[in-house]
Formats: sequence, C-alpha cells, structure tokens
Amino acid sequence: MGVTTAAERAEAVRLRQRFLDLGAQNVDCAILQPAETLLDLYGEDIRARTYVTQDPSRGEVMLRPDFTVPVVQMHMETGAAPSRYTYCGEVFRRQEDHPERPAEYFQVGYELFADDDPAQADAEVFAVFADALAGYDLRAVTGDIGILTAAVMALEISEPRRAALMRHIWRPRRFRALLDRFSGRAPLPPSRKALLKDAKTVATAPMIGLRSEAEIAARVAALRADAAEGPLCRSQVQLIDALLAVRETCSFALEHLHDIAVDLPGLVPAVNRFEQRCNALAARGIDVSALEFEASYGRSSMEYYDGFVFGFVPAQRPDLPPIATGGRYDALTQRLGGGRAAPAVGGVIRPGLLLQLEGVA
Amino acid sequence: MTIKLGVPSKGRLMEKTFDWFGARGIGLARTGNEREYAGAVEGIEGVDLVLLSAGEIPRELAAGRIHLGVTGTDLIREKLVQWDQKVEPLAELGFGQADLIIAVPACWIDVNTLDDLDGAAAAFRAAHGFRMRIATKYHRLVREFLRQGGVADYQLVDSQGATEGTVKNLTAEAVADITSTGETLRANHLKVLEEEPVLRSQATLFRSRNAPLAGADREALRTLTKMLRV
Repeated sequence: MGVTTAAERAEAVRLRQRFLDLGAQNVDCAILQPAETLLDLYGEDIRARTYVTQDPSRGEVMLRPDFTVPVVQMHMETGAAPSRYTYCGEVFRRQEDHPERPAEYFQVGYELFADDDPAQADAEVFAVFADALAGYDLRAVTGDIGILTAAVMALEISEPRRAALMRHIWRPRRFRALLDRFSGRAPLPPSRKALLKDAKTVATAPMIGLRSEAEIAARVAALRADAAEGPLCRSQVQLIDALLAVRETCSFALEHLHDIAVDLPGLVPAVNRFEQRCNALAARGIDVSALEFEASYGRSSMEYYDGFVFGFVPAQRPDLPPIATGGRYDALTQRLGGGRAAPAVGGVIRPGLLLQLEGVA
Repeated sequence: MTIKLGVPSKGRLMEKTFDWFGARGIGLARTGNEREYAGAVEGIEGVDLVLLSAGEIPRELAAGRIHLGVTGTDLIREKLVQWDQKVEPLAELGFGQADLIIAVPACWIDVNTLDDLDGAAAAFRAAHGFRMRIATKYHRLVREFLRQGGVADYQLVDSQGATEGTVKNLTAEAVADITSTGETLRANHLKVLEEEPVLRSQATLFRSRNAPLAGADREALRTLTKMLRV
C-alpha cells in the first residue's frame, strides 16, 4: 500500500500515453452508468460487487465497475472497425468480503475492435500488454473460453440440455452439477421423481402470480422430455473433464487439445483457432513454448469473455490480484448491439498495483 | 461508565428477553409510561438497559455503542459485513426461532428445488423479457445463497413488509422471507423450496468486539456473564 492517488493517476496517464503512442484513440466515459444495462448483462450478483444508487429521474444508476460496456456502446454508435481505444480512470467495486482491498482504483485500458483475423487481433492485444509490463516480475496466464463452448456445442445432447450448459459456462459449480445430472451421476431429487410419476400436470393450489398455467405446463413437459432423453454418455463427460484439466504451456496444450479433438471432432475449429493464435503470438515475438495455458482460466471471474483470455499475475506477490487482465468479448458486443456484433478484444492494467511492485520499466 | 445492554424495545421479543434475564437473577424492566423507551436493571451494578429496535441492535453493537445486545441472527448476518469480526455470539436464547426461506407459488408444481427455480427463471425471462422477481428485505443473504446455488436470471425487489402478498399483487414471482410456522405462507398459497433454509435464526445474545471497556466495566461484564452463565 502507501500509493497515493496522485501517483496512481500519474502512472495511469503514463500507461495511457503508451497506448496513445500506439495509435489508440482516447475515450472518456461517464462515471455514472445506467444500472439496468449492467444488471441485465451480469445479473443480480453484480450488485454485491458494485455501488448502485437511486436517482429520482434516471432510475437506478451505478458507479462504473469497468469501462468495457460504455466503450462498446460508444463504438457501436460511432466507430468503424478496425478501431483502437484507450482510456484511464477510476472504477468502483464494493469489497464486502475483502474490506482491506481498495473500493476505488484506476484502470488503463486498450481495446481493439476488428472484424477480420481474430488470431491477429488477440495476439496484438496480448503483445501490447506484454510490452507495457515487460520488466516487472509477472507470470502471464492465458486461456480460451471458446474451446469449452465449442466442446459443449459438440456434445451429443438435446438442445435444451445444451442451452442449460451454455447458460452456466461461467458458473463452474453449477455447470458441473448439470453435467452430473445429465450423465446420471447425480440422482434426481425425490420431488422431481414424484412429479414425473404423477400423470396430472395441473396444480390443485389456486393460480397466483404472473407465471401462467401454460408456462408451468410447458416446463413440466420439458422436464418429462428431459427424463425421456436418457443419460449423456460418460465418455463425453470425460472429454469435458480432460479438456478442463488442460494446464500446461501453449505448445503442449495445443498437442493435448488436438488429441481430445480426435474424439470430439466438433472441437477442431476451436483448436485450429487456438493454433492460429499461437502462431500469431510467436510472430510477434512471444515465446509460446513458455507461455502458460489453462483451459479453465477466467471461467469464474471474467464472465463476459467468450474467447481468448489472459492475465498477468505478480510472481512473488500471491496476496495481490492480477495486475492486468483481458480477453475477447464478441458476445457482449452482440448483446449490447441488439444482434449486431462488433468483434472485440481488450484488457486493462491496474496502475495502483503496478506501483506496488518493484519494477525496472 | 457502565456496561450497556441493548434489548428489543417492544413486543414478545422484549418480554421473552426480560424473562430470560430474570431467570438468571437479573431484573430488566421498562420504566416510565408505556411510550417512553427507558429501562431499569436490578440485581447487578454497573449495567444500563438500552431499549432499541431489534433492527438497530446490530449496528449499535458493530459501532461499539452498546457492549451486549439481543437480536436475531438473521439481522446480524444481513446487516453486518464480516459480522464475526464485529460481534461474538454468547448464547442462543431459545426463542424467536425463524428460518429465512425461499417460497414460490404452490401452483408451481414444477418448482421444488433451487435447480428448478433456476430453470423456471430462465424460461420466465425468455417469456416475459425481464428477470424473475424475488421479493425480500434480506438482500445480501439471499443474493449470496442464490449465487452459491447457481441461480441466474432473477432480480431481488425490496419488500419491507407484507412480503407474502407480493406474488398475488403481481409485484414479485417469488419471496424470500422469515417464517416460523409457515402459516402465513400457506395462507398466501406459497410453498417453501425443499432446500436447507438460507439461514436458521433465533434470538441471540451478542457481545460487541468494538465496545471500549474501562477497569470497572470489565469487572461488571465479568460479573454479568458469570450470572448469565455464558
């Protein structure tokens, strides 16, 4: 600790200048953001991590927890691909479980919106961060949420089950519970068994509330169809397990994923994309034979990333959170754009944390 | 200085608390007229009775303005972040038992578990275009419980009273509230999910970890806890 706000701001401005020098365009974003957009994207959980307040005329507003959403909105309204943006400013995070952590700190970002060649875009953004952080004792970790989603898309299961798994990609425990249920590893709760056995589909209790009789009947029908489907093959679950366990250098991870893809051919395009990214990173001077890859990296904490993800973790300071994080968020742009996507990849550095490290930069 | 003991200022909770202390040789009583919140302590020196709303007792304990306080576990957990660093539970008093539970309309024959609630929430959002509303005043506890349970596509709406009526009034689809017998829920055509409750609560005597203790106070607190056998 002991980093003053003035020092943190100066460091943030220095880093932003680096990104400006690379040709990124500066973006200023409002601190007060409409809460509804963020709540709809991330769900109720985000309230526990952000400051939400009530405005009599604007409704619920939120102190910006990050810049990604306003930057995407700005780009969708005015920008054309390719565009490179940078920004620096405070973000605000409630720290209920860790009151010792700062609730207000600076972020400096670099975001790239590019329609063509995602591998090149991923590699450019990673290299920009690796460059800016060269000279600090940091361990870089990469991952790819797109490989897990590709595996789920390739599973031999019904569409409702696939949709349920896709919906919980970012909730590892719930995802696991669903897999256990679908594969028959976890038994049905007694109440579900009773419901499936009972021929009647209408309640004896009076209908109250907004959820209609038809909606209830539709879900009962869906549960019956699910029960009739039969278990997901264990070998398919094992492929997901094997995939999630991949944790090695990029070069070995690539070999390993190619092996898994032999049994799950639907995975091939995603593994090829990973390979193209590795090549693009190597072409930018990144040593992929030393760069770490974890298939499950970013799954629980980086919910809007749906492809490449990365983090820079202080090697000697396990007490500190990652100094920089980033990734690809194509699906987020699609949801904010009402169906129109703007493929994007980017990341942020926390200058306040950087100042706590011994650097030679 | 004196030891300050915070007790709920009205109703059954106050009376039962007075009985509990009385059974251990400490007489607590309200003084003055019916509307005046003043109290007296008999049977021990150096202890003051502070009558407060049960909902304010967690805050007063955390701030160290009272040394001891009687309130529900539910209120301590909901209102105090890192509650165990601010207060220490000394004794469960054996009354005021209530569970914080999640309840849905009894006509939802397809929803009995958290897993069902999540599935129904996904379908509800797709059909209605907004996240399923759960009415409660226990925002932090319920949100954490649902997060652990992997429930998505819901929203909490604030309800400070008559929560069981929100479903019928179409301001919520489900509720999370305190119940002891479940009678009010049944009367409002709601059923409790077949899960462990979000929290089991009862009236509990807490000690503040933040209240300053001078020499004589320390002695008074020791005498008091000895008499209370806590």
